[in-house]
Amino acid sequence: MQFPGRRKKLIGSSQNDLYDHCLQFYGQPPLENISLTEFETFAVERLKLLKTVENLGVSCVKNSEQYTKKLDAEISRISEYEKRRKDHISHFILRLAYCQTEDLRRWFIQQEMDLFRYRFNDLHSKHKTDFLHKNNLKYETVSAEEKKSLQDKLIASSYGLSGTKVEEHDVYKVPFQDALDLVRTRKVYLLAGNAYIPHHEIVTIVLNDFRTRLSKALAMTARSLPAVQSDERLQPLLSHLSHAYVGQDYSIQKNIGKISLEQIDALSGKSFPLCMRHLHKALRENHHLRHGGRMQYGLFLKGIGLSLEQALQFWRSEFVKGKVDADKFDKAYAYSVRHMFGKEGKRTDYTPYSCMKVILSNPPSQGDYHGCPFRHSDPELLKQKLQNYKVSPSGTNQILELVKGMHYQLACQKYFELTHNVEDAGFSLNHPNQYFTESQKLLSGGRDIKKEVDMSQRSQENPASVTRPSQANSKQIFLDEIQELSDPS
Amino acid sequence: MPTSDYDPACLPDLLPLYYRRLFPFSQYYRWLSYGGVSKNYFQNREFSFTLKDDIYVRYQSFTTQNELEKEMQKMVPYKIDIGAVYSHRPSQHNAVKSGTFQALEKELVFDIDMTDYDDVRRCCSAADICSKCWTLMTIAIRILDRALREDFGFHHLLWVYSGRRGVHCWVCDDAARKLSVAARSAVAEYLSLIKGGEETVRKVVLSDPIHPFINHSLSVVERYFCQYAIVEQDILGSKESVDKVLALLPEDILSFPVVLGAQLTVISLSLTYFDKEIMLQYCYPRLDVNVSKGVNHLLKSPFSIHPKTGRISVPIDLKELNTFDPFEVPTISLICEELERPRADEAEDDDVKDKENEQEAGERRRIRDYKRTSLAKYVKVFDRFLEAMARSRKGEMLQKSDLQKDF
Repeated sequence: MQFPGRRKKLIGSSQNDLYDHCLQFYGQPPLENISLTEFETFAVERLKLLKTVENLGVSCVKNSEQYTKKLDAEISRISEYEKRRKDHISHFILRLAYCQTEDLRRWFIQQEMDLFRYRFNDLHSKHKTDFLHKNNLKYETVSAEEKKSLQDKLIASSYGLSGTKVEEHDVYKVPFQDALDLVRTRKVYLLAGNAYIPHHEIVTIVLNDFRTRLSKALAMTARSLPAVQSDERLQPLLSHLSHAYVGQDYSIQKNIGKISLEQIDALSGKSFPLCMRHLHKALRENHHLRHGGRMQYGLFLKGIGLSLEQALQFWRSEFVKGKVDADKFDKAYAYSVRHMFGKEGKRTDYTPYSCMKVILSNPPSQGDYHGCPFRHSDPELLKQKLQNYKVSPSGTNQILELVKGMHYQLACQKYFELTHNVEDAGFSLNHPNQYFTESQKLLSGGRDIKKEVDMSQRSQENPASVTRPSQANSKQIFLDEIQELSDPS
Repeated sequence: MPTSDYDPACLPDLLPLYYRRLFPFSQYYRWLSYGGVSKNYFQNREFSFTLKDDIYVRYQSFTTQNELEKEMQKMVPYKIDIGAVYSHRPSQHNAVKSGTFQALEKELVFDIDMTDYDDVRRCCSAADICSKCWTLMTIAIRILDRALREDFGFHHLLWVYSGRRGVHCWVCDDAARKLSVAARSAVAEYLSLIKGGEETVRKVVLSDPIHPFINHSLSVVERYFCQYAIVEQDILGSKESVDKVLALLPEDILSFPVVLGAQLTVISLSLTYFDKEIMLQYCYPRLDVNVSKGVNHLLKSPFSIHPKTGRISVPIDLKELNTFDPFEVPTISLICEELERPRADEAEDDDVKDKENEQEAGERRRIRDYKRTSLAKYVKVFDRFLEAMARSRKGEMLQKSDLQKDF
């Protein structure tokens, strides 16, 4: 990938110039060479950080004390220079992984913006101004005399501004084209083409700028992507990163055979997330599921502990009730069930789908029942379905609000809370099988079993995800990272 | 000045004369070239023509002033619209790879149409206007002109009478022409106070704190309100119209409108702003955001004719705004007639200047021509506008060269 730009010197004293501010707009890509290990570690660490930003953003009020404290705790204590270098490089690596689809871009931009906002707010006023100047943001501060003469007008234009605030804090002069949201709603004072932005609002302006730049950059990155993807060292990592469920992936089957087929109907109502309940119902009603549905549901069932024999029996009995006779099933569909269990051919990724994967890939079309109902169902239909499943009207509304804000996993979590009658789910939902496990745990009242199970998983290798035996070492580091993230609690 | 009766049926005869001898081509070209600072600015500008029998043609573009003249004289458009400056010559847009032909720049424009005030004017409706409701346009121009200059920092505004029932504003500053769609829409929203269509009764809602822009606008409205609304529109003159005013009051208020001195005041038992809201609802400019938003939006050209009224879209001199009378604006029939009238002091310089090339001679003839008609004073307004832009461009270039130490 060729990026235009000045070459920065990386020797000795210039170290200070390259990373002379703790915050940056990521305008210039890094130009040094790094090892594949660094490439992977940096990327995973940043992804971890962004995931933390995301989780904190939904569980705490953004920029509250609790939020900042928790986020502070995440930032490790290494040298400033190293921190900034890592920040720079890891951001650009993740750009490669997250530029490809609208959903990925939106997620990445949202978390990067939240991270940026947190870090900007953390700066001292002087550093804030330094940052603005270094990045050619023509945002001058207004002189004390001008502030005084405009005081009444400023107070009358900006929300939350008082006389003392105007006196004590900076007011920035910004070309109106850079403050369109405030101009459009007439929430700012305009004079001679400049918007007068009070201190507490300048971060909004800077963020807008940040978002615009990042959005453009991602579009450009997406265009250059084919060149990067042809590098076979990077392609698997990048694709894994963008679909990585950074957490437990339920690929190791536990509790095999502990579930009997007769229990499935009851379990679907009690412990299945909405997507799987939906798929199960469709299967029972139509005696058939298309490929997308078979994959999503089939792998889920494997994850909750169905054995291959059970699975074959389950699918066959259902399909035979429909238009498929036993022979046809054995010829066509049985193969794919065995495939799911790793008994046929060779597949790279046969782990049960995470929420991320269900939400972001393979949207359902007419006649499909897979996908995430919170993401893919029309809100009206979703509402009806929730009502049919006896969710209270107020609960339904809460869920619909979350859906409107595109917080699909939170909506599902809320569904969990409502159907299990608890205030707080006690976990951050990332995976349908996690939903099932947590539900079962809650219904049987035990926490200890789970811990045991996790310990045993940690020590195992994960055969399904190893793709390149020759890169075993670096891959191992990567996978270990992922394992470590499996239990946020 | 007597206005010749205009008959649309005469257009086929009058238009060719107008385009040959009266349309101010050189000033028009000077305007749209913007000093030649950007290459191909004029060449990449889209014009659209409505020809006889309502034939509409888009993506007209011209390489020189001469070509513009020749084409207009040949096609004799009934209506002329100006669009955006594109990435390529609009006339060749089909030859360009799809997706690469894009609108790049255009003046920021506003269109104030009297029909948008039908719910608050009693004297006329639809396409009709009269001297009583024309005050609305005066108010609109004063409010918007101030805001665009003082709040947004624009300098080069051309206000034009549309020819029938409204006015247009062309903001021609460099910065204005480069505005994005989002920026244009933000400016238009900032300037909008009237929200709601037919189903909304109360269209203006104010709350604390009152933004300085609203206060500025209110002081303009207050200057005109008594004369306009109380006297001319007589909004308190009948039960029906008083009811309309009262309908704008919040339901739980016990109050009644009275005229105290020069202001409409509402005596009430609570502290809200509905006296201001009422005045704004009756008088504040109503603009169509969609006209201002689009970079590629086509708007009626200054100096084009309005086929229904025959009037010329003339620039409005803001210094004479209070005395501007839309019914005094010359029609095409008037100026063509004025053209035919012989003038006693007509000099015979034609022979002397015969050696000069045809175009220049034609131009000077044209200049002499329009100066004999009522169009003259409006072309002067346009000239002053162009002069101001030229001075400002020169000032900028001097600034730039000073900075670069170029002497």
